[in-house]
This record gives sequence, C-alpha cells and structure tokens, in this order.
Amino acid sequence: MMHTKSLSELSTALQKGSLSSVELTQHYLDRIEKYDSVLNCFVTVTAEQALNSAKQADVMLAKGEGNALTGIPLGQKDIFCTNGVRTACGSKMLDNFIAPYNATVVEKLNACGMPMLGKLNMDEFAMGSSTESSFYGATKNPWDTARVPGGSSGGSAAAVAARLVPIATATDTGGSIRQPAALCGVTGIKPTYGRVSRWGMIAYASSFDQAGPIAASAEDCALLLGAIAGFDEKDSTSIEHDVPNYTAGLNDSLQGLKIGLPREYFGEGLDPAIASVINAAIDSYKAMGAEIVEISLPNTHLAIPAYYVLAPAECSSNLSRFDGVRYGYRCKNPENLDDMYMRSRGEAFGEEVKRRIMVGTYALSAGYYDAYYLKAQKIRRLISDDFTQAFKQVDVIMGPTTPTTAFKLGEKSNDNISMYLADIYTIALNLAGLPGMSLPVEAVAGLPVGLQIIANHFEEGKLLNVAHQYQQQTAWHQQMPAAFMDIDKG
Amino acid sequence: MAWETVIGLEIHTQLATNSKLFSGAATAYGAEPNTQACEVDLALPGVLPVMNKEALRMAAMFGLAIGAPVAKHSVFARKNYFYPDLPQGYQISQFDRPTVEKGEINITLGNGETKTIGVTRAHLEQDAGKSLHEDFQGFTGIDLNRSGTPLLEIVSEPDMRSAKEAVAYMKKIHELVQYLGISDGNMAEGSFRCDANVSVRLVGQEEFGTRAEIKNLNSFRFIERAINHEVERQIDIIEAGGEVIQQTRLYDPDKDETRAMRSKEEANDYRYFPDPDLLPLEITAEFLEEVRKILPELPDQKRLRFKQEYSLSDFDAEVLTSSRAMAEYFETVAQGCGDAKQAANWVTGSLAAYLNKQELSISESPVSANDLTGMIKRILDNTISGNIAKQVFEAMAKGEGDADTVIESKGLKQITDSGAIEAIIDEIIANNAGQVEQYRAGKEKLLGFFVGQVMKASRGKANPGQVNQLLKQKLSG
Repeated sequence: MMHTKSLSELSTALQKGSLSSVELTQHYLDRIEKYDSVLNCFVTVTAEQALNSAKQADVMLAKGEGNALTGIPLGQKDIFCTNGVRTACGSKMLDNFIAPYNATVVEKLNACGMPMLGKLNMDEFAMGSSTESSFYGATKNPWDTARVPGGSSGGSAAAVAARLVPIATATDTGGSIRQPAALCGVTGIKPTYGRVSRWGMIAYASSFDQAGPIAASAEDCALLLGAIAGFDEKDSTSIEHDVPNYTAGLNDSLQGLKIGLPREYFGEGLDPAIASVINAAIDSYKAMGAEIVEISLPNTHLAIPAYYVLAPAECSSNLSRFDGVRYGYRCKNPENLDDMYMRSRGEAFGEEVKRRIMVGTYALSAGYYDAYYLKAQKIRRLISDDFTQAFKQVDVIMGPTTPTTAFKLGEKSNDNISMYLADIYTIALNLAGLPGMSLPVEAVAGLPVGLQIIANHFEEGKLLNVAHQYQQQTAWHQQMPAAFMDIDKG
Repeated sequence: MAWETVIGLEIHTQLATNSKLFSGAATAYGAEPNTQACEVDLALPGVLPVMNKEALRMAAMFGLAIGAPVAKHSVFARKNYFYPDLPQGYQISQFDRPTVEKGEINITLGNGETKTIGVTRAHLEQDAGKSLHEDFQGFTGIDLNRSGTPLLEIVSEPDMRSAKEAVAYMKKIHELVQYLGISDGNMAEGSFRCDANVSVRLVGQEEFGTRAEIKNLNSFRFIERAINHEVERQIDIIEAGGEVIQQTRLYDPDKDETRAMRSKEEANDYRYFPDPDLLPLEITAEFLEEVRKILPELPDQKRLRFKQEYSLSDFDAEVLTSSRAMAEYFETVAQGCGDAKQAANWVTGSLAAYLNKQELSISESPVSANDLTGMIKRILDNTISGNIAKQVFEAMAKGEGDADTVIESKGLKQITDSGAIEAIIDEIIANNAGQVEQYRAGKEKLLGFFVGQVMKASRGKANPGQVNQLLKQKLSG
C-alpha cells in the first residue's frame, strides 16, 4: 500500500533502503497507467524521465546525500515551465511549446531528487474553477467521476485524491489550490504572496498568482512548502523573509488559539449541510482549547467584483505575448500581420480566456481605467484592511472553502457567473496576499468538504500547525475514493 | 502674417549599461541577430523582469545634472500594444510616476544669449527589437538583440522656437549624457534619437497650434531639416485656409519631406497600468548621495572654470569642453607644461586640425596628452621654436616617437649659441650688400628679409629672438 503512506513514512523507507525511488516511481506510473484514462489528471506523463530521476535519487539516497523529499515522485501542474517537456498551461496556444528552461519551483524540487511523473491538467491559463476549460479535456473528480474536481489546479487535486501522485504542485490566483483541494478531499496551502518564486510559472494575474503544494495532509504540505519557499532574485515580487522549518512547529499546542469566524462566510449561499460539518470541525478546535471569536470582514461582498476587474486586467496584458510570432500556435496562411494576430489568438484561446482578455482590456481602456481598475484597486485595499483589523483580534480565520460540494461536469460551464461564485470564500485573501489553506472535514453525501483556514502574512507555519492538529484528531484526510484504491502491490 | 514655431522634443537615449533594463543579456551593438536575447527578452511564458540598478543610477545622475528632483517613489507601467518586435505585447515604461521630474537646461542662441529650456521629465523604459523587411521573401525577420535595452526618454517643454534652438537643445543634451558617461551618444547606431513635436501659431497668439509629431530623427542635420520642412508645410496649410491635423509623421531624408504615419484617430489606446511584476522604485537619500558623489563636473561648470582658471577666451573654453575627453586632454597638457595659453593654442590649433583632417576623435589621437606636454616644454625651455614645433608635432602624429626623440633624430634643436648665429648673419650680410645698403639708408622693412634669410640658412633652428637682436646690431653697425 505504498500510495496510502504519508511522505514521512515513504521518506523513512527510502532512507532505510527498504524501498527504492525506482520502485516507488514505477508504482505510481502503474497507477497513472491504470486510472488516468478515467480521470484525465495528466496532460503529459514523463515516465522515462521519472525513472531516470528515480535512479539518480537512489544514488543520492545510497550516499546519504538526500533530504526528506529525495526519491519521492511528484506531479507538476502544467503551468510550471519544465525544461525539455511540453508546458501547455491547458491551452491549444501552447500545445506545441517545449519549455527551454525550468521554473524555480521545478528547479528546487529537481534538486531535492524528486522524480517528476508528469504534467497535471488545469483550466486554460489557470482561468476557471472546474478544469473544464482545459484544451486537454476536463479532469474528473475521483469521488464521483460525473463531477468536476474544481480548478484551476483540478489535475493536481484529483491526482492526489486518487493517489496517482503522492504530492503535487499547484497554483492559486483566486482559490485554484484551495477550491479543488476542498472538492477532492485533499489538503492544499496557498502561501503568502511573495513566499514562493513565480519565475517560470506562466502568469495569469501576476499580483495574485502564488504556487503551493496539494497533498494528502498538512504534514506532507509542510515538507514540500519548505522546499519551494524562499526569495528568488529572478522574481522581483518574491520577498526576503526567512523560511522556517514548517515541520518543526506542527505539533505546537492550540491551547488559547483565537479562531475568528467571519459572519460573512456563514451567510446566504452556503449549503446548510456544509455549514453543519464546518461547525463540527470548529467544535473539534474548541475541544483542543481554541477560543472562538465572531468577526466581520465587511467588504467580503466586494471581493469577487474587484477580483474580476483586476485579474482580467493583468491577464489581458500577460497574455499579449501569445501572438503567434515566436512560439506557440500560429494560424495557417495568414494574409497579413493583423490577420495573423487575430486568427492565431482567436483559434487558440478558449472561451473563458477570451472573455477575461476582453473584460480586462475594457477595464484598462482610456476613459474606463478610473472607474474600473483604479476603483477595484481601492477595494483591494479595503479588503486588505478588513483582514488587518481581524488579525488584531484573532490568530487565524476559519470558514468553508467553498459554498457547495463538487458540481456536475457541464453544470456551470455555460453560466460563468455562478462558476465565479464557487470562489466566493477563497478570492478575498488573494486580494490581500494572505496565506490560506484547505483541509478535508466530514464529507456531505459522499462528497468532500473543505475547511479553509486563513492566517496573517508569512504565518504558513501557523496554518500548517492548526491543520495538522486537526488531522491528528480526525481521519477525514485519510479517506480515499474506493474506486481507485483497489489495485495493490503492497 | 508672422508665424511662430513651437517645438518640444522627446529624446531617446540608450543608456550605456552592459546588460538590459530587465534581463542579464548583453547590450553590445552589432551582434548576429537574436544572439543577445535571453528568455526574458524573448518574452517566453513564465519569465519575469528584474530591474538593472545601473540604469536607475544613470537616470538619477541625469536628474541631478539638470537640477530635477529624482522621485523617491517611481513606478514602472506597461504600455500595451501589439507589434512583432515587441515580444511581451507591452513595453515596460514609466507613465504617471517617472524617475526624473521637472528640470531645465540652458542653451546658447546664435546671438550669444542664453535661453533656458524646461525638461518636463525623464523616464526609464525598454527599447523594442527590430523588424527586418528585406532579405525575407514574403516574411519579416525579427531581431530581438535590442529588445529590452534601457532607454532614458527625456521629454522637453514646448520651449523651443526654431529648428536651430531645437538642434542646440539636442546637442546640449547629447553633450551632457556623454559627459555623464550614461550614453555613448552614437546617433548612427540609434543610441541617441528624438521625436519632435512641431506646431505653428501667429506671433502673439496665446494658445498652441495643432501639433504634428515627427518620429525617429537620428541626426542633427535631419532634425533641423525635418522641422523646417514641417513648419513650412503647416504654414502652407493654414495660409491656404486649411487646418493642421494632429498626426504622427515620418521624415524622409532622401526626399527631404515628412509624410503621415498615422493620425490621432488611429492612435493606440495603450492601456497603461502599473507593472505587477515590478515593485515601485524607492530611491533613498543615501542612494542619491552616492550618485551625487560620482557626478562628474558638468560642461557648463567646466567652461566657467576653464575661463577663470586658465584665462581662456569664450571660444577656447567652448572648444576645449566640447567633450569630457577633450577637456581632460587639455587639462593634462595645461597642468603638465604649466602654460595654459600654449596648451590651448596647440589643442585647438594643430591638434584639432589634425584630428579633423584624419576624422579621429580626441581619444583616438595619435599624439597623447603627455607627448604634447613634452613638446610644449621644449618650446618653453627654448630647445625648439614654435615653428620647429610644428614639424615635431607632425612627426609625433606619424608615430615617430616623443618630442625629445624627434628633436634628436631630426637634429631640430634650436641654435642659441650667439657665435654660431653671428657667423650665419655675417655670411648673409656679406652676400646681400645691396639690401644692406638700402636698410642702412632707412628701409628698415628689410629686416624681415634678413631674418628670413638667416632662418633659412639655419634650417629654421636659429633662435628667432636672438636672430632679431643680433641682426639689428650688425646691420646698424
């Protein structure tokens, strides 16, 4: 049952030599082979490369040179540039793009000796909440394959949930780590903006985008986050701030921890069944000695409108480089330059990407900039101030990650507004640059539910500690979708 | 009707950094296409810009030099438009928060008067690549070597009233950026170019006329011609009852005319917004102090000092400060030989003429400042005369060694031995009895003739002062 083990268990076995990285990697490749045709988590499987890396990891381990991650394979979200491997970002635009360099996140994990199993599916250019906008088809939720896994990091969350990978990288611009983690019953953390380098991570909305891990537990997330966090001189927005040992603080006591419950996160629109399991989780914290404080984040209702001005504005500019000139898709037989631009972009971008480019272009246009972009920036500051006030009273903020459990494939694909509302609880903290995570609590009607925890800037350690303590008391995070657990080589 | 011309210039100066504004790729001119473009310059997916601090330092130097506040807080913004040689689909520039704020610069007009031209702002931005339309049947070639090269765009107030003033201002900025060492100022390579905003109005009219922008002027001659042409064009339109339309025009030096590129209606909406990949630039007092320390003496200060310290004429001071290299050359010579007048005469005279003829810059001079100093010392200590020195200079320029070597090898040492000079004089007097008689009869003008004869006989080496004195004695006696 290698795929049911935690990273630290696997690591111990690898260090002892009772398990080799090649065996472990092959085990996951077999599982991908068997199940991914159903789930569609992977856009590209890099089996040969993974086994070669595993061999090297075994050499490192034999020499005693590795660390706690050495030899453990992983999946990379297809938003990270991987040298020599197609990096398509879920888009037809980059279907032919083989990245000639590694993202810093990839570089760091390669250096740890973590074999990459392949590239994980995602919404096109990370724009979406269901992974349905991927050029490579939707990923299925392992708990119910008629349902979405969430998005944009749906491939990462579903692959971890089905244990096709022990751990995966993901990115979060408005909830893209936490929302799929919640819908797939896994644990994910979106770090403070600036905590993890964005170099080599294809930009959607630069002032929001942040990379983080999705794994089976907070403990596993702590290990991976420690490896990817830190200042990078190639990213001017990464911040020079010490990276603590996230594993060391996991067992700190929660006695006296002040948990804020924003009343805006428990109001209209929240499925009562979800409210009930979230409240049960909060009761567990009370039992661990935490104190509950009701708080208010009064500008919460402005988060989605502000986000859907600012993120598209940035995306409209970020995606201008995809013009068919130097790489990526170019239309056939362009008549002239304008024709080349219009058809290359028109034919290669999907509906949602086009919608956001148009919204963003409009918001930045002369005569509208003040009314949209500048106003949204002001709201961004108000929302940030809400959190600043809240963290004067409490240590962490808790609430549901999503208002509903996983919805059906196709259910919201023609209703983008209702799709946007799936991120109602996750978006505000991206506006404020704060760290947040989602961890599974009791399921509702067989579908996972996520508890979101939010902390102040650079308090990822606190988040992981709070999540880990819950996972020590409960076993929700160890629930696995039975349909994908049956093959076992032991 | 009497018309007045109104001109404002936007000068694009390529900063002399080794690497690009936001990437580590080299900026050297003339490399094979696309060999100096890294992943950032190619705008690959996922790349990020990192500010080159050297470019910021250079912008700050310029700000201090024109007496402008250097903003404590400036912001890079994206200027969005599509063009094949603009890989990001936007240019990173500065919009409402430039690094250098309002300053000014003095120019000298033709009548010798000084006029102050306002500099509205100067901001940092990246250059685009180049589109190559020849050599590619049915295609356009893209060279991204220049993509991302740092530019300082210096925007003037509409303070200039003639093409000549515009040229004087452009030259002044050109001189300044080279003095500061922040640009090589090479106009042929495009390191220094400008866009000119030109309009006309009736003399006495308050409001400005509608302007046309002439793009990409890269020589002083073209600027003057383009502006003059544009002024005529606009006056013709208005006098014929028409209206000038706001548009962008291009100057064609072959036909000596400007023609329309695009009108205001077709202008891009650049959708400027702060670049989220770059933090605002915070400039501290300490940083500015560091920059102030390395700020060289500026041309105007130097000219004034030269006039006072070396008692130079306006003209000499102007010529000798025309570049930092020229000024340094002169000062080395003046201080080395201890005679600023001689130093100025030689540098602005024989040396300047020689360099001009050979089309060399001062830094390429085959006669080093030390060589010239050595030669002037030999004039001052009477080893050679000023006339002979010209021969020595020529020989040094040809690479025949320093002054002492040349004097020695060519036997040019001045004859100062009175006995030797007297012997020559005696011979000349003996051979020119007729002229001696006329001289003694009162035709004193003939002294020149005798001096010439003596100098000729001595092959120029006789000390002219002694020759004069001895001749007068002998002729009168």
